[in-house]
Amino acid sequence: MIHSWFMEKTAVSNNMPNSGSHIDELAPLRRDMLKFARLQLRDDAAAEDAVQEALAAALSGQRQFNNRAQIKTWVFAILKNKIIDIIRERVRSPGTVIAVDEIPEDAYDDLFNEKGYWQEDARPSSWGNPESSFSSRQFWQVFEICLTRLPENTARVFMMREMLGFETEEICKELAISSTNCWVVLHRARMGLRLCLDERWFNSENRNAEL
Amino acid sequence: MLNCKQATALMSQCMDKKLGTLQKINLRFHLMMCSGCRNYNKQMEFLRKSCEQFPQQDS
Repeated sequence: MIHSWFMEKTAVSNNMPNSGSHIDELAPLRRDMLKFARLQLRDDAAAEDAVQEALAAALSGQRQFNNRAQIKTWVFAILKNKIIDIIRERVRSPGTVIAVDEIPEDAYDDLFNEKGYWQEDARPSSWGNPESSFSSRQFWQVFEICLTRLPENTARVFMMREMLGFETEEICKELAISSTNCWVVLHRARMGLRLCLDERWFNSENRNAEL
Repeated sequence: MLNCKQATALMSQCMDKKLGTLQKINLRFHLMMCSGCRNYNKQMEFLRKSCEQFPQQDS
């Protein structure tokens, strides 16, 4: 029974009796959760707390699961909520100012000519069938590097939108920025992420070596 | 007529809100003419899909 598998594994993390091997099976899930939380929060201690709390909440649930993928989806849903709580708390603490112009307005001007059309060498070329990269561990490493290279608040707004499932209006409200600023930040984040993936994966030797 | 710089901004915006009718028509027209922006648009969709997949990747 997968459900009992999960209960045993999570019990280990709460210092209940264990038989050693269980730790090995829980470790990858915990590691993935931690990686995700660190990326969102950029704070190791807060990420640790979020993961512990999410696992504890998962343990107290009485849900049935058919496979490990379902468990992962569910535990990550809990983790996302924990991360959202932490972000809300942070934003409310006095003195928090969200800078929205981390990526300057002219940062990507080089990609376009004076009339605003793509420069010849900057015009986006096809990525072929990019979804085939999803099965590559190396692709996800590059993806993470590219997210980490975005400036902190830009990354925060982008990940709130694309990974934590906020609507744009909610992001504006939570972070107290105007909706125009919000769209501008999202646009620059997408531009930056696209460029990074283009350079480091889709037009790089790495990908050709692996696929 | 939109240029590519304006079109990329609209492609991003349309992932977050409904565009006005005129904006939609202008963008559609631009995409018909511009293969670079068509690629860009597909890549935007791919970014979204990647973010959905990110927590589910096997490690």
